[in-house]
Amino acid sequence: MYLVVEQLLNGLQFGLLLFLLAAGLTLVFGIMDFVNLAHGSLYMMGAYFAATFVTWTGSFVLGALLALGATLLLGIVLEYVALRHLYGRDHLDQVLATFGLILFFNDAVRLIWGPAGLALSLPAWLTVPVQIIPGVYYPAYRLMIIVVALAVAAMLYLVVMRTRVGMLIRAGASNREMIGALGINIKLLFTLVFGLGAALAGLAGLMQAPILTVQIGMGENILILAFVIIVIGGIGSIRGAFMAAIFVGIIDTMGRAFLPDLLRKVLSGAAASTAAPALSSMLIYLLMAIILVLRPEGLFPAAKR
Amino acid sequence: MKPKLNASNAVAALLCAALVLLPVYSAATGNIFILTLFTRIAIYALAAASLNLIMGYGGMMSFGHAAYLGIGGYAVGILATEGIGSGFIQWPVALAASALFALLIGALSLRTRGVYFIMITLAFAQMAYYVASALSRYGGDDGLTVYKRSDFAGLINLSDRTQFYYLCLGCLFGGLYLIWRIVNSRFGLVVQGVRSNEQRMQAIGFPAYRYRLVCFVIAGTICGLAGALLANNTDFVSPAVMYWTRSGDLMVMVILGGMGSLFGPVVGAIVYLLLEELLSQFTEYSGLILGPVLLLIVLFARGGIMGLLGRMSRG
Repeated sequence: MYLVVEQLLNGLQFGLLLFLLAAGLTLVFGIMDFVNLAHGSLYMMGAYFAATFVTWTGSFVLGALLALGATLLLGIVLEYVALRHLYGRDHLDQVLATFGLILFFNDAVRLIWGPAGLALSLPAWLTVPVQIIPGVYYPAYRLMIIVVALAVAAMLYLVVMRTRVGMLIRAGASNREMIGALGINIKLLFTLVFGLGAALAGLAGLMQAPILTVQIGMGENILILAFVIIVIGGIGSIRGAFMAAIFVGIIDTMGRAFLPDLLRKVLSGAAASTAAPALSSMLIYLLMAIILVLRPEGLFPAAKR
Repeated sequence: MKPKLNASNAVAALLCAALVLLPVYSAATGNIFILTLFTRIAIYALAAASLNLIMGYGGMMSFGHAAYLGIGGYAVGILATEGIGSGFIQWPVALAASALFALLIGALSLRTRGVYFIMITLAFAQMAYYVASALSRYGGDDGLTVYKRSDFAGLINLSDRTQFYYLCLGCLFGGLYLIWRIVNSRFGLVVQGVRSNEQRMQAIGFPAYRYRLVCFVIAGTICGLAGALLANNTDFVSPAVMYWTRSGDLMVMVILGGMGSLFGPVVGAIVYLLLEELLSQFTEYSGLILGPVLLLIVLFARGGIMGLLGRMSRG
């Protein structure tokens, strides 16, 4: 039972992290109609920046804030120099260009930080386990990820639903040309949205850094998960991305934790130990395939354009 | 269709001649490396050409095309491990397995459109990747060594570098000829019609879904052949062959060369793999140059290299 609670929390934490990544992707996708494969590279850069700045400053919080700023800046520069020229182009052109950026970032990181992975160690106050319900301890750091991600999600909701900028973002998602025609500076808005997405990806990367090793290619696998999420949730829908991210996070974590035991009850030992890892890794892709076959526009399709 | 003499056709003809004469050059100079490099290029060119059939002519942007490379490769590898060394069994199984997989995922994926199609094909390829990673009997994550290349009863010796190169080149030319025939057939015209305007094709009575599905299966089968060749070329097959970045590589080759042009993917494969190889000799960090080059090509050379040639010859 305690194990289930712990795994549920792990799933929630992973899901929220995925949401940070998917939110930026779905905004950029929904508003600029831009497929950004390099989003995973921004996630990786966030983690590398954090590892560097935390070592420099000696403070985890200060380092994390600096890393966040650096990723935001990187996103804005990237958009300004290269990506804004690709809006309105074919999706395939965008895939090719941002695929090139992945190659670039991977080798740039290898040049600057070397091929070996980095480790980001946590300050002492974040390593203590916290008793959440009697008898169940949960790492303080993972708890902090949940709190921070929930706070960011709430803030994102407020910004998008309650402010003027958010109104423009929503308007942009439903009809780009129209808000341009109404005299809104869409170029600036697009740069802003892209920077926001980059910062969110960087935040996800830097928060994940202490749990996993910071390494080249770390953004590639998780990028695909983020794409799965925005496709399940419906492209352009932040609410859909939130639901789908938590759903995927929990299903993925629970699948990895409990599927092997479940399979062992049904299948023979050897067959189960072969099938379990494959099935638990495949689970969310299977889920996405089923959802797309049944609802080709995702679960929460954004307003039709 | 009467071939016209223009820059792109001239390049294609020169390219074919150069590819055919390459072993002569290799034997004369003793440069074995170039022969193995171009064997790999011919295999990837075949895979890219098959992707071009659905992407360029059919408008189906599959982001999971590398899955067939793995399926074809694993069919050869698994049969070889189980003691069935004959290519007359291995290769048909590789083709059939790829066709079956294409039929299965095509039937489901073709219900979606646009970005959703890109993502669902990607998802299916990732599933194949994870299945291969879990095949602990056949190497799992580490991949499977193919100790003996396919045996064609003395007809052709795959372990001989020159013979294997000509086999790959023959498959490439055969594949291109097949694609050329398909594209200019009634069937191919319908598929291209569906790409341009699906509703209109439906309205005049063509079952668009079925036409697309058959085209999808043909492309998958051709790519399965490339997979069987690849496993023989590297004597090895691993899940990494199916990873999404490999599908990305194939897409890059097609777009780089010129989508919807018969020789585009061949040019794309040659340029991409040569560039990768050359850069890796200069610098350890080839991506630093290759990445921005791709970006610049997208920004300034629409329609890929063949598109550029086409514009040049029109003046």
